[in-house]
Amino acid sequence: MIETKPTTAAQKETARFTIEYSQYLDKAGKLVAALPAGYDAQTVAALYKAILRTRVFDEKALALQRTGRIGTYASSLGMEAIFVGAASALAPDDVLVPSFREHGSFLVRGARPSEILLYWGGDERGNSYAKAARDLPYSVPVGSHSAHATGIALAFKLRKQPRASLAIFGDGATSKGDVYESMNFAGVWKLPVVFVINNNGWAISVPLQKQTAAETLAQKGIGVGIHCEQVDGNDVIAVQSACKAALDRARNGEGPSVIEAITYRLTDHTTSDDASRYRSDDEVKAHWEAEPARRLESYLTSIGKWTKEDQEHLLAQLKAEMDAETDVYLKTPAQDPVTMFDYTYAKLPVELARQKEQFLK
Amino acid sequence: MSEINLVTAINLALARAMSEDQNVVVLGEDVGIDGGVFRATDGLVKRFGEDRVRDTPISEATIAGLSIGLALEGFKPVAEIQFSGFAYPCIDQIANHGARFRTRTRGRLSCPMVLRTPWAGGVKALEHHSEANETMFTNVPGLRVVIPSSPKKAYGLLLAAIRDPDPVIFFEPTRLYRAAVEEVADNGVAAPLDTCFVVRQGKDLTLVAWGAMIPQALQTADALAAKGVSAEVIDVATLRPLDEDTILDSVRRTGRCVIVQEAGRTGGFAGEIAARVAEKAFSSLLAPVERVTGYDVVLPLPRLEEKFLPNTERIGAAAQRAMAYA
Repeated sequence: MIETKPTTAAQKETARFTIEYSQYLDKAGKLVAALPAGYDAQTVAALYKAILRTRVFDEKALALQRTGRIGTYASSLGMEAIFVGAASALAPDDVLVPSFREHGSFLVRGARPSEILLYWGGDERGNSYAKAARDLPYSVPVGSHSAHATGIALAFKLRKQPRASLAIFGDGATSKGDVYESMNFAGVWKLPVVFVINNNGWAISVPLQKQTAAETLAQKGIGVGIHCEQVDGNDVIAVQSACKAALDRARNGEGPSVIEAITYRLTDHTTSDDASRYRSDDEVKAHWEAEPARRLESYLTSIGKWTKEDQEHLLAQLKAEMDAETDVYLKTPAQDPVTMFDYTYAKLPVELARQKEQFLK
Repeated sequence: MSEINLVTAINLALARAMSEDQNVVVLGEDVGIDGGVFRATDGLVKRFGEDRVRDTPISEATIAGLSIGLALEGFKPVAEIQFSGFAYPCIDQIANHGARFRTRTRGRLSCPMVLRTPWAGGVKALEHHSEANETMFTNVPGLRVVIPSSPKKAYGLLLAAIRDPDPVIFFEPTRLYRAAVEEVADNGVAAPLDTCFVVRQGKDLTLVAWGAMIPQALQTADALAAKGVSAEVIDVATLRPLDEDTILDSVRRTGRCVIVQEAGRTGGFAGEIAARVAEKAFSSLLAPVERVTGYDVVLPLPRLEEKFLPNTERIGAAAQRAMAYA
């Protein structure tokens, strides 16, 4: 900062800011703040189960990728608390606007593992979830989906519906103009939208300090005049309660929020990436200490609500579920290739109908 | 029934669409109290309110992205991009998102939205205000690219675009906004999309054009008639999906085809039409297909703009070459 001497006596401070950070469970599973209202052992256990379900799904997907039965896959390992916490804060008729690794969010929203696998297996039908019918599908381009969340929120506001949208994107996405613009529009119109930043420290090989000079990503909300805060992104209680509060504010007409959830990507960016090229094993190992599942198990065990048997039973149950869902996925009849023509427009245009005919010959 | 110009026809169509469907909303830079820089949205905010006629912050990408979000939730946004040279940031939203939701979700989600933008040259505007950049969009599957050439077509095609269940980019030739008036009945009747229009019948030669090149082609046809050459003029109107049949039927009758486009030559849409004529009407051709286009240069500033734009002389010369060939 360059110090400049005041040139007039009228100079004064017009704004200053603080970014709040919240955490309930520390990495050891110790409660560092009283649980928010409405939380008890049962709700915490449900969140823990959803996180483990996501992790078991992830393991299954990685195994399927390695054996060539799905394509390139973006793992959610280490970030499950954000995806589960944010999605479980949504009301059923809210709309989720995810990036590309929010598998836990889709599972919470009712998408079947077999549907998600179908998408990663290279089949568009995997994006047409039987449940979660209004949620947007995965978005691979970084950050541009934030504008859709803003538009959806404008739709809710225009219809005076008490609904909200929630977008999730990564730390790298905050460098995109799209994200700033979406937040800015939402701020101007006080739209019911929540922007959740999955700050996992790395945008493929580029660490956060090469992404921005800002102290926090949350403070980007300050620049556009909207509520912003940080949470421990490995603490599902912190994520979920912050998202719930933000969604409540949104539905009450109090406008949008930015929630920066701090976590760490414990795995490669995707199965096509090799993270050892740009970060050390020691760094990754240190972050395993803070991952989101173990602390929940420790906490629940410490209050006598979880046992080793519960753990084994749950894992066996989840593995059986994912095996069965894999079966459903693998047995899904192939798409008729000719259907590739049928969804380009609502009605097949003449010239496309001719290409379709040609294709069939 | 009254005689109106093209920009008034746009305004009438917007008002008609908004009054018949609550889901139609207008948004963009300066579309509210200012009525748009060309006044296409004049008076709409007064009539329909700020909720439905919304001034946006300046961001073309997010105007497009926001419209996608609205459309996904059942609205029919009609967004104005102030000038076609500022539409490039929208390509990411349109190509990566808007035009592919239907495909990506196998019909679960769709984006009925219209991006309108003043387009192309001839009005001696500032830099970036005169780009004929339609080919940037004709390459996008799932998108419709529509360009009117008269007040009547502007009214009917815009209504059709707004009612269409898929995304449409609607290019309005600024040069024609106030160039001419014609009678337009504000009766809510849409013109057909995906249809080329024969705007003048002829038997010796087919002139194919769109947008502000239609008046040029029609004038050329008049001049040719004086020389005993009967030119048919086809207004493409919807570039994608293309109604090739109307063009091919004409060329099969006339045996000669001259395609006029304002944009530079390489990669222009005239090339696509020429290819289809070559593929499907080859045996009817009496002369090589000619393209009359802008040049492959950066669009010149106003002093040289006229030298860049195709005109009746260049179109006429191409027609004469085709006639002389055989």
